[in-house]
Amino acid sequence: MSRIKLATIWLDGCSGCHMSLLDIDEAILAVAEKADIVYGPLVDAQAFPEGVDVTLVEGAVSSREDLNNVRMVRARSRIVVALGDCAVTGNVPAMRNSIPAAKLLHRIYVEGSQTNARVPNQGVPPLLPQARPVHDFIKVDYHLPGCPPKPALILGLLTELLNGRAATLPVVKFG
Amino acid sequence: MPEAGQKKVSIRIDGELVQLPASHTILQAAAMAGRFIPTLCHFDGLADAGACRLCVVEVSGVARLLPACTTPVQEGMSVVTDSPKLAAYRRMILELLLAERNHVCAVCVSNGHCELQNLAAQLGVASVRYPYRYPKLPVDLSHPRFVLDQNRCILCSRCVRVCASVEGAHVWNVMSRGIHSMVVADLNDPWGDASSCTGCGKCVNACPTGALSEKGQAVEEMMKNTAQLVTIAMRKAVRA
Repeated sequence: MSRIKLATIWLDGCSGCHMSLLDIDEAILAVAEKADIVYGPLVDAQAFPEGVDVTLVEGAVSSREDLNNVRMVRARSRIVVALGDCAVTGNVPAMRNSIPAAKLLHRIYVEGSQTNARVPNQGVPPLLPQARPVHDFIKVDYHLPGCPPKPALILGLLTELLNGRAATLPVVKFG
Repeated sequence: MPEAGQKKVSIRIDGELVQLPASHTILQAAAMAGRFIPTLCHFDGLADAGACRLCVVEVSGVARLLPACTTPVQEGMSVVTDSPKLAAYRRMILELLLAERNHVCAVCVSNGHCELQNLAAQLGVASVRYPYRYPKLPVDLSHPRFVLDQNRCILCSRCVRVCASVEGAHVWNVMSRGIHSMVVADLNDPWGDASSCTGCGKCVNACPTGALSEKGQAVEEMMKNTAQLVTIAMRKAVRA
């Protein structure tokens, strides 16, 4: 059996879900036996490749860049997992959603700034009007809530998927 | 509990025969039969409101689903408390509750001790298929000891009922209708200005979510003393 191509991507989140993935400790060796991690903040790859088997998506879709990325992820992945509350519900990034994005940026970068008060627009992607869950934009195959999801749950899901089985998630809480 | 000697009826709960007084509800009958029916607005010792609809059951001969908490038992009734159809509706109700306001579990005082959060996990809600509304809602910090966070309120009205029927103060009420409904103190006053409030904290302990909490509690720290409040409410209900 050919090796599984596993990717991860970090959208609008705190990277805690990626930390939780690393928290599977030595079990990461078993994952590495089955899979190549072909893209994500944990590896050096520069571009998201074609033909990925499983992609774990951390974070809400909050910017134009997030939206482009998540669409690319869907086009190039067989199985997409929304990993953690930000990807599943919007969570903390979505707490800005009742405030218009322009007003929010002005409040923080102009009113809240002592020096160089201006809204950054060079080299940063424009915000979408709201930060929203991944499944609002693309089809998601598995939702794994939690802030962050427990390492054992991530490992359980990965183990099933890396062995080519459909995963059944146990009782999982938001938060 | 009604007096002994009251007229009893026989009904079937998931096929099991249960005999109980006619004044009882399907929810009470299910409890007697050892069946779990999920609830959020029910609180032992308080009059039921049928607000959350989570306890809907199938009653044979009735085309629509009925809330177990407000439907009295009738002779010969046959009730189904769990089925794929009921499970689907209950999940739908929880998803609508989660989408309606801002239930950000990760930063909530009640994280880990929340009835809404626990039921969502228990009934298998791992994502919400309806678009989140993300409404802009106020947090009332005007009371010296307590907080009202409208973002977490599910309008179960347990606070309204415990304040009115157990404490006898009736500080709380539900203002407006439909999506605009809002729990308010007195005549929509800041809680701290509500002269009818005795500061007893029964509403806080009756609240199933983080909508009502004690000041000074950080994320995950708000534990509600539900058991003690049930005892008080049950005693009050017996006397009433």
